[in-house]
Amino acid sequence: MAQPVQPIKKRKGILGALAFVAVAVGLYWSLIVAPPDAYQGEVQRIMYLHLPSILTAYLSYFLVFIGSGMYLWKREKRDDILAHSAAEIGVLFTALTIMEGSIWGKPTWGVWWTWDARLTLTAILLLIYAGYMMLRSLMEDEDRAARAAAVLGIIGFLDIPLIHMSVYWWRTLHQPPSILRPDKLPWENVHPAMLTALTISFVGFLLLYFYLLSLRYRLGEMRAEIRALRLQREG
Amino acid sequence: MAILKHTGLLLWKDLLLELRRRDSLMTMFFFGTLLLFVFHFSFDLAPDAVAALAPALLWLAFLFTGTLGLAQLFHSERENHCLDALLLSPLDRGALFLAKTGFNLLLMILVEIVVIPLFWILFNLSSWNLLPRLFLVTLLGTIGFCILGTIMSAITLRARARELLLPLVLFPLMIPVILATIRCMESVLRTGAFDDAAPWLRLLLGFDVIFLTVGVLIFDWVIES
Repeated sequence: MAQPVQPIKKRKGILGALAFVAVAVGLYWSLIVAPPDAYQGEVQRIMYLHLPSILTAYLSYFLVFIGSGMYLWKREKRDDILAHSAAEIGVLFTALTIMEGSIWGKPTWGVWWTWDARLTLTAILLLIYAGYMMLRSLMEDEDRAARAAAVLGIIGFLDIPLIHMSVYWWRTLHQPPSILRPDKLPWENVHPAMLTALTISFVGFLLLYFYLLSLRYRLGEMRAEIRALRLQREG
Repeated sequence: MAILKHTGLLLWKDLLLELRRRDSLMTMFFFGTLLLFVFHFSFDLAPDAVAALAPALLWLAFLFTGTLGLAQLFHSERENHCLDALLLSPLDRGALFLAKTGFNLLLMILVEIVVIPLFWILFNLSSWNLLPRLFLVTLLGTIGFCILGTIMSAITLRARARELLLPLVLFPLMIPVILATIRCMESVLRTGAFDDAAPWLRLLLGFDVIFLTVGVLIFDWVIES
């Protein structure tokens, strides 16, 4: 007997509230407490969103890889739901990253878009995982779709280092990293308020990410439950 | 080595079918030639400028013709449930992967052997002595294309609009191969040797080895009834 569909639990509401508070505090530190950048001025503040967005997107693609591998290995529906949910939110955060980058790029570099290595890599990631979503939506049979998507999730992730290498050799123009630099420790190079703002913002994004992931995961579970109920009723 | 024997048998089956019907080879060959004409009319370039564009134009032609071939790759298996019969037989799925990759590779090489010299004739290029090196680079790139293409063709096999979906999932993954082959060929055309191209060649080789291994290991899951 399949379980009746459960509503979303209260715990997730708490996670959501925490995420909201952390993002709000992060925004306060980013926009008001942290000083403007010495060279770039106020526009640099978008970095407090830009960096957390792309790091969360990378985390998401890693989870797609893990979920896909686990699904092929164990054939548990929950791993497939995890991979699917992570891919969807990863695409969202990658798209956000590119938009934030464009808004920053126009005043700083003078262009909305340039074919620099890191920009190109991010755009390719968006294309790969948009293709992943497309593949899922174009397949009727759930199990087949899950298997096909898992294969793509694994191959796509393994391809990332190769794409990374090739576009870097092709060209690079992006800012060299200013926080994790080989010659200086982070707090020697960056204003402490900036580091705090970035850290809070990052924690906020992580909480938000896991909140969205848990909602999306539950949605996937509910879909599977409804499908099971329908199959049962139709006999 | 049972897997190699099975690969040979499956490859022979596909070759025999192709020899009798000639569907894929003919369409790919004509499409490749057609693209050269389209490129010529669209660009209408002086010979010097053509040499700079040749690698990119050639690889565009190979990508498109290759995708055409990939879309047909499992066609004969879809008819009359032949795939189910093939999966019921005691074959290593890795052999199926290797055979399909080899078959598509063979088709693409045949097309490329004609299209590359044809490009040199149609665009009045004189650097004929560089063709063997260009073939070598093209071969490495084509191997990578066929490996990943076969996997993607197999996972999109049961999707709606699969011919449209295939390039959508395949092309972003192919970017290392596209970049590496085009840069390699440019370097060969410019300097006449592989000097600058060494890292790109290693990248191509790495790509081929990694995904060939992944393909053989993963094909069990890629293709199930």
